[in-house]
Amino acid sequence: MGFHLCRDYQVLGIARLMAEEAIIQVRNLEAGYGTQVILRNISFEVHRGEIFIILGGSGCGKSTLLKHMIGLRPPISGKVKVDGVEITESDQKTYRKLLRNIGVLYQSSALISSMTLAENVALPIREYTGLADDEIASLVAMKLALVDLHGYEHHLPSEISGGMKKRAGLARAMALNPDILFFDEPTAGLDPITSAEIDELILKINRSLGTTMVIVTHELQSIFRLAKRVIMLDRTARGIIAEGDPTYLRDHSGNKTVRHFFNRIPMSEEMISGRTR
Amino acid sequence: MTRHNGSSFRIEDKKQEGTTVFFTGKLDVRSAPDALRSITEHIERNPPGTLVADLANVSYLDDFGVLVLDRIRKTVGKKGGRFLLRGTGEKAGEILSLFNFEGGWRGTLKERQPRAGLMVSLGKATLDQIADLRFQIAFMGSVLLAFLTVVRHPGFLRLEDTVASMKKTGVDAFPIVALISFLLGLIMAFMSSVQLQQFGANIYVASLVSLAMVRELGPIMTSIIVAGRSGSAFASEIATMKISEEVDALFTMGFDVTRFLVVPKVLASILVVPLLSVFSNLFAILGGLVVGVSMLDLTANAYMTQTFKTLRFFDLWFGLFKSGFFALLIAWMGCLRGFQASGGASAVGKATTSAVVSSIFLIILWDSIFAVIIRYWG
Ligand SMILES: Nc1ncnc2c1ncn2[C@@H]1O[C@H](COP(=O)(O)OP(=O)(O)OP(=O)(O)O)[C@@H](O)[C@H]1O
Ligand SMILES: [Mg+2]
Repeated sequence: MGFHLCRDYQVLGIARLMAEEAIIQVRNLEAGYGTQVILRNISFEVHRGEIFIILGGSGCGKSTLLKHMIGLRPPISGKVKVDGVEITESDQKTYRKLLRNIGVLYQSSALISSMTLAENVALPIREYTGLADDEIASLVAMKLALVDLHGYEHHLPSEISGGMKKRAGLARAMALNPDILFFDEPTAGLDPITSAEIDELILKINRSLGTTMVIVTHELQSIFRLAKRVIMLDRTARGIIAEGDPTYLRDHSGNKTVRHFFNRIPMSEEMISGRTR
Repeated sequence: MTRHNGSSFRIEDKKQEGTTVFFTGKLDVRSAPDALRSITEHIERNPPGTLVADLANVSYLDDFGVLVLDRIRKTVGKKGGRFLLRGTGEKAGEILSLFNFEGGWRGTLKERQPRAGLMVSLGKATLDQIADLRFQIAFMGSVLLAFLTVVRHPGFLRLEDTVASMKKTGVDAFPIVALISFLLGLIMAFMSSVQLQQFGANIYVASLVSLAMVRELGPIMTSIIVAGRSGSAFASEIATMKISEEVDALFTMGFDVTRFLVVPKVLASILVVPLLSVFSNLFAILGGLVVGVSMLDLTANAYMTQTFKTLRFFDLWFGLFKSGFFALLIAWMGCLRGFQASGGASAVGKATTSAVVSSIFLIILWDSIFAVIIRYWG
């Protein structure tokens, strides 16, 4: 028995050492709606335990890419492998098992509108653990306190603000402490202080639980604070136009769009007031 | 005493030092429920003076683990013992501090507001009713105003929306109205013929079918079908727009929301439902004719002559007027319930149900009122 534990521990240690192990692999993905192709030839990897950020202008297909990574939409072609499961060709049972190990925050929060915040967060916990009601209540309170929603347990989603919905969605995504968290714009619409707090929370969860995070965001400060590796999508290129360390890309990228994005400069010079005649 | 549980913890009881629980490996969603059960059970049976939770060999601790520790702490405390943490690593420490484990515990859910008493509920319901009434009156006013505007300035009518509504409410409903009416005529003729045949009064099947349809069943059947098809659609469309702030957006863009959303629907309904009910009458008479010719040895000619002899122009006009009035009720209720929706997705469902139920009720109610009026007046 003791040996068994020891081995478990070792395996874990080794996993930690193999920091470069890919937990998500996307290969030659072509994604779109109907016949309209939004992204083509997308290939990248997300390493276990890292914070990985997907960025790009509005409407370039970030949410679309995220949906394909979770398996919500079938790709036109290409493959997505998450935690060892080929989600494009896995059977229902394996896929469902995978779903337990991932958590998703949707761009529109997607809280169940007929349930209070507490019930929303309790939903997966109740479904997947054998905990008693008062224990679940404790956990829910802990989760909501994490995102600073203490005191709003019994509010309905329609009774709270947009930023609060975002945070409640965050708490629900993290309910079961999944191995991989997907966040679609976790700090959009939040004030700078709350945004910074959410960033710190993400960092802490990532550090202490080793959770892999895939985040879609435009917030430059978040990007520099959180990520070592980003990919940038572009609507006209319909694909990845940059990949790597955000600070490096900001200063050294050869691509004008990328530089302007990171330095927050309009694409056309004429739009900068003061330089116009 | 030593208890050994392979999954994640080991309990060691010693006389002097008290009890130590050694946690090993992952203390997470999967292992927490079991650990929680067996450890608290153990403490309940042999309450220790001091309990030490040893986390030195824990490779992974999350809030489920923190919950386990907290419950152990509480159980020990209840039995008058002391709880100590030992061997907290950096990561575990971070998680514990995230939940303020040492300081004020953050894992208590706020109490739900207690249910209100009878008097309070009664008062609230009354106020709700008054608010509802006020809303209905305000809504009526705004619809009337919008219609007045449209009458004075016909250019303000959203013609495209009206035509689209007419198609959805009228043209698209035609097949189902025709089919149901045909079958209804068939059934009426068939059932009445059994009785009338005994008196040799076959020919009066034609009178019965035509009169019943044109005066009562035609308008009612058509209206109920339209309430189910379009009343529900109006309500759910407007309710969805309401809860997703589309209505607010229209308002702030300077549109008269009633003129934008309600007038086309009401107008379209009033125009097409009477037409639908004419078709309903025709198809029901056709159904009766089929039975008359095929089973009652009547000629088509005789059947039609009898039909025309029975029907007065007044019946036709009255039927048409009623259909138009019912159409107004349906569109009215659909839009009203839509605008009353607030909250989430379930509000849309509620609005839709309420729209259909209210409009069917109102249709039957007003039909009875008309029947009484006609009885004493006509
Ligand atoms: N359900 C859909 N059906 C058809 N096309 C869609 C659908 N959803 C998105 N699109 C199209 O796909 C493209 C990418 O959309 P997506 O939502 O992925 O953008 P995004 O990068 O997440 O933008 P944002 O930052 O604004 O959220 C857009 O051009 C959009 O028109
Ligand atoms: Mg998006």
